[in-house]
Amino acid sequence: MNTEARAFDWAEAPAIATYNFAYLDEQSKRMIRRAILKGIAVPGYQVPFASREMPMPYGWGTGGVQVTASIIGPDDTLKVIDQGADDTTNAISIRKFFQRTTGVRTTTATTEASIIQTRHRIPETPLTAGQVLVYQVPIPEPLRFLEPRETETRTMHALEEYGVMHVKLYEDIARHGHIATTYAYPVMVQGRYVTDPSPTPKFDNPKMDQCPALQLFGAGREMRIYAIPPWTEVTSLDFEDHPFAVQAFDRPCALCGADDVFLDEVIMDDQGGRMFVCSDTDHCNGRQQAGHAGEQET
Amino acid sequence: MPAMQDMAAEQPLMSVRDLTHMYGNRTGCRDVGFDLYPGEVLAIVGESGSGKTTLLNCIAARLQRTSGTVAYQMRDGRMQDLHALSEAERRFLARTDWGFVHQNPADGLRMSVSAGANVGERLMAVGQRHYGRIRETATDWLGRVEIDHDRIDDRPGTFSGGMRQRLQIARNLVTGPRLVFMDEPTGGLDVSVQARLLDLLRGLVDDLGLSAVVVTHDLAVARLLSQRMMVMKNGRVIETGLTDRVLDDPQAPYTQLLVSSILQV
Ligand SMILES: Nc1ncnc2c1ncn2[C@@H]1O[C@H](COP(=O)(O)OP(=O)(O)OP(=O)(O)O)[C@@H](O)[C@H]1O
Ligand SMILES: [Mg+2]
Ligand SMILES: [Zn+2]
Repeated sequence: MNTEARAFDWAEAPAIATYNFAYLDEQSKRMIRRAILKGIAVPGYQVPFASREMPMPYGWGTGGVQVTASIIGPDDTLKVIDQGADDTTNAISIRKFFQRTTGVRTTTATTEASIIQTRHRIPETPLTAGQVLVYQVPIPEPLRFLEPRETETRTMHALEEYGVMHVKLYEDIARHGHIATTYAYPVMVQGRYVTDPSPTPKFDNPKMDQCPALQLFGAGREMRIYAIPPWTEVTSLDFEDHPFAVQAFDRPCALCGADDVFLDEVIMDDQGGRMFVCSDTDHCNGRQQAGHAGEQET
Repeated sequence: MPAMQDMAAEQPLMSVRDLTHMYGNRTGCRDVGFDLYPGEVLAIVGESGSGKTTLLNCIAARLQRTSGTVAYQMRDGRMQDLHALSEAERRFLARTDWGFVHQNPADGLRMSVSAGANVGERLMAVGQRHYGRIRETATDWLGRVEIDHDRIDDRPGTFSGGMRQRLQIARNLVTGPRLVFMDEPTGGLDVSVQARLLDLLRGLVDDLGLSAVVVTHDLAVARLLSQRMMVMKNGRVIETGLTDRVLDDPQAPYTQLLVSSILQV
């Protein structure tokens, strides 16, 4: 853990300045852009691509980093979030990486960003046309859990054989009385491809539907890129008698009072004090600055 | 023989001609031909390595034939060459109109999900989206294969061999297929468990008017389940006829040996 964090401290790696703009060479970027274009042309379809070595371990989101590196230009403004926050180690490291290799402006404000790279969340502030949301994806294949064979999952996608997706939801209901899947909740894109939004909470699934922004997904280790173009229909799978529903929270954010957001539990002290706050820190700060307040009890 | 006349008047469900499958230059099965009529159960018997599984896989379109034809009567009555179907059509046929019961239940079941999900999968695959109704149908089918309904949420790993095999059968029959392929469905089970499974199978085949092709090297299975049988040796069919006739009055010397149990394994 320690060594990973060190290997990732770009302040200690001035040699990076000698690399190409956004680190990747132009040929690699072109190859990745072609995969992205293919992905946009066939919404939800996983396009194989020759994932490049990045100067960070796979778990750090190399798929998303490669996608961002291939689409970013000098005029872009970049926001990087991890678990909804801009200030986690991973988010800071990736932001620094792009600052050093591109010199682009970075921001924490969702509204100011032209590219937002994310690991776990879709920002609460609605995205707008012209923005690009880049997801770092660990496991792109939604059929994987029941069908480990790659040749078979490809055929299943090709033939739209998606019965097993409902088998998983069936198991959830049989076991828990309701669909207990809360993260990486599978969606149907434009009525054709079953796709994994992984690893966002299902709370964010409705934001994917008819989203004005372009959504790009990069899985580095698995070497897959997929896309959801703007204004695409994205439906969460469910049963007629167990319709899809997002997580509900029984209280508002302790800091800004928002009651329509995804909350994280924060441990306050070693007495076991805790509170629930917006997982999207930019959204929460913005609301507080605008005068909203929560109860802030511990 | 009026029964024979009726059958002749009817169109076969499956019609196989000159079917050959080669594994390189080794023979899997060679020049096999037969007609299977609706509601008929055909047994394929023969010693180990005689080509039974190869033939079954070829007619179930799980294995590409080397030459010959396999025509199947589609639900609209049209005879269709199976090997001319697209993969999508073949797979659709396989999970709606056919069943395939493997000797080893683990090959035909999803061991990581519950019995109910195993039975419900085909329903979901053809678009059923009502949990309550899927579960109702699964419960009903578990009952029909004599599995207690309170085992519906248990995984097959917690079932006995006989129960797993019955679960595999329910999973296959839930979409109302017209034709079921079985490869040694009672193999590997205790004799008493075999007997119960055979009874159950016979009842289901009768009730549902199923057609079936059953591979077995157990002549008792052939006797109990099938109306007709084919005897294979070295990839070829050496004798074919009504089951009782073949077993009571075998013509080919090899079949005579088989029936006199000298060759029985
Ligand atoms: N995958 C394969 N590759 C090469 N040869 C094969 C393959 N499968 C089967 N064979 C050969 O084809 C012949 C027929 O085999 P098959 O499995 O069809 O026999 P079987 O009658 O089902 O035998 P068993 O009763 O042992 O299951 C045998 O000679 C076998 O060795
Ligand atoms: Mg065999
Ligand atoms: Zn807040």
